[in-house]
Amino acid sequence: MLEIKGLKADIDSKTILNGVDLVIPDGEIHAIMGPNGSGKSTLSYVLSGHEGYEVTEGSATFDGHDLLAIEPEERAALGVFLAFQYPVELPGVNNANFLRTALNAQRRARGEAELDAVQFLKLARAQAKALSMPDDMLKRNVNVGFSGGEKKRNEVLQMAVLRPKLAILDETDSGLDIDALKIVADGVNALRGPGFSALVITHYQRLLEHIVPDRVHVLAAGRIVKSGGPELAHALEAGGYAAVVAEAA
Amino acid sequence: MPAVTETLDAVQAATESGYKWGFSTDIEMDLAPKGLNEDIIRLISARKNEPEWLLEWRLKAYAQWLKMEEPDWAMVNHPPIDYQELHYYAAPKRKPGPKSLDEVDPELLRTYEKLGIPLKERAILAGVEGADGAPADGVEGERPQVAMDAVFDSVSVATTFKATLAKSGVIFCPISEAVQEHPELVRKYLGSVVPTNDNYFAALNSAVFTDGSFVYIPKGVRCPMELSTYFRINARNTGQFERTLIIAEDSSYVSYLEGCTAPQRDENQLHAAVVELVAFDDAVIKYSTVQNWYPGDAEGKGGIYNFVTKRGACRGARSKISWTQVETGSAITWKYPSCVLYGDDSVGEFYSVAVTTNHQQADTGTKMIHIGKRTKSTIVSKGISAGKSNNTYRGLVRIMPRAEGARNFTQCDSLLIGDQCGAHTVPYIESRNPTARLEHEATTSKIDEDQLFYCRQRGLSQEDAVGLIVNGFCKEVLKELPMEFAVEAQKLLAVSLEGSVG
Repeated sequence: MLEIKGLKADIDSKTILNGVDLVIPDGEIHAIMGPNGSGKSTLSYVLSGHEGYEVTEGSATFDGHDLLAIEPEERAALGVFLAFQYPVELPGVNNANFLRTALNAQRRARGEAELDAVQFLKLARAQAKALSMPDDMLKRNVNVGFSGGEKKRNEVLQMAVLRPKLAILDETDSGLDIDALKIVADGVNALRGPGFSALVITHYQRLLEHIVPDRVHVLAAGRIVKSGGPELAHALEAGGYAAVVAEAA
Repeated sequence: MPAVTETLDAVQAATESGYKWGFSTDIEMDLAPKGLNEDIIRLISARKNEPEWLLEWRLKAYAQWLKMEEPDWAMVNHPPIDYQELHYYAAPKRKPGPKSLDEVDPELLRTYEKLGIPLKERAILAGVEGADGAPADGVEGERPQVAMDAVFDSVSVATTFKATLAKSGVIFCPISEAVQEHPELVRKYLGSVVPTNDNYFAALNSAVFTDGSFVYIPKGVRCPMELSTYFRINARNTGQFERTLIIAEDSSYVSYLEGCTAPQRDENQLHAAVVELVAFDDAVIKYSTVQNWYPGDAEGKGGIYNFVTKRGACRGARSKISWTQVETGSAITWKYPSCVLYGDDSVGEFYSVAVTTNHQQADTGTKMIHIGKRTKSTIVSKGISAGKSNNTYRGLVRIMPRAEGARNFTQCDSLLIGDQCGAHTVPYIESRNPTARLEHEATTSKIDEDQLFYCRQRGLSQEDAVGLIVNGFCKEVLKELPMEFAVEAQKLLAVSLEGSVG
């Protein structure tokens, strides 16, 4: 369970998160929507531990662990996964190697046995197949020369292999065609169940047709101003943010 | 096993920080008095029992050196070297007689064990019976055999596998021994690639060199194992001047590895080596170096000055010489392993990773001289700077008038870690033949905060992330190293960069 209380965060002394309260119970998928500049990406960075942000107030705990007190890699070992909006390239770093190294680093931190090359490849190939992704994605260097869609799909493949407990998807659907969108949705839905929660950040209702959220929240000016069921997303699509934001002000 | 995992494993395992080869060995030494003059040269020559022609050769070089001036064009700064304050001969005292491992001072053997260098042949050949080098039946997938020459200060202390190699006709021995056993070969080739007056440090080396490796591969022979020399500077205030000579006759092949470390000392020590390679028709020489001389402390005190002249002559048609180097040590590195491509269709290659951290300085690169037709050269240089260091790539590609259809590809990439280091590129391209094709690419990059965060978000620690990214950056070069060295090199890279991203 993810519990965020009164979270405030700055970047370069500018306040972006202005008192976020959010609870995502185990097994649920929540969507966050909101106008540009509302702080959606900031929230995902603060939760995953990006150094550029300064938390000034509040707390964020996951399964009782204080997320804000530990390093990014420690959060990863706890099961936090961020599917980046703009995944970076790692020249010369083989995708399969990278994933295996990451998985084993997490397993080591959790006191679990590491996977050898053969075991790992078996796992990775199975996941790629289940997601209808070409095997050769594993042979390429991480995100190097990948199209926008391929980068997003690589994020989903990593998620499928790492099996996180809390997946944060930061506008994973932006720039994707219908087929790619379905792959992303399949990836998330395959993990759905007890022991898995997700925070899906999106602008568009379209993704939420495929990943039906349990709750939808609207983030505006650094705070959650409205929450509702999946029908809230439809309302936003129809009426835009202005009405909702004005109502909350 | 994927190389990356090795790096990460090594970083995890490295509990010692700092230069872990910095210990010194307490051993009785035979030390010449300080200073350089004709008497010292005669002393060195006498100690080594050299023939008259070699003494004359040394004295001629010395006379040339006296007339030369130390060059100052490199982008490196150091206080003037007082050549009279060094000992030019330092050797571990030992009993006269044949060099078998039993005769070597146990203290010395312990030193090499500590360094992880396998001098004991038995140690390498797990489960072997009988004479050294004879493999047991059904020994699959064992660590490949590597013949080793160990040079401690000025002398070679042990050379392994000589018997096995002799069966193929391969000569691998200290150069001092080659002077005794194969004088005609030494006389023919010594100074033929790097003349005594080539440059200031080559002249100095020619006058006072004490030992190094000599390799001769006969026609048509593929050397059955990798050859390696491990150089260790131990005594204080000494200069180390090795001389290595490798000759590969028609259609032969040899892969040679060179490793170097030195103890931690406050004074700077000079290492001015000369390496000459000669390759005839269809011959291949692969020369790999993993250099980890003491780099000086975090404030820049002490450390080795590594001023080296290395040159390969592709004399024969279709011959090939490849230089692969991973340079992580030395306070100052100044070297340009080069190829002179005389033979038509001959090939020269240079793959380099040079790391500088703290206050290290490196001015390194290569010279590819194309003389024959359709000669090809490839240069891949990766410079990594961190701390307050300075890293310069200096390269020359020269196409001579007769080099029809010559081709060169150069790629020099710099990676900067932190904001107080420097990376510089000084490429010289001279072409006197209009049919030549030259390509030059260069990139400069920083280790991106975003790249680091991406890795960390997936579960890697900061150190592991840097190691991963640096390895990716150096991959093209590291894959040219023989496997044994590739693993060592990756560990070295990781350890060198420990703590550099703060």
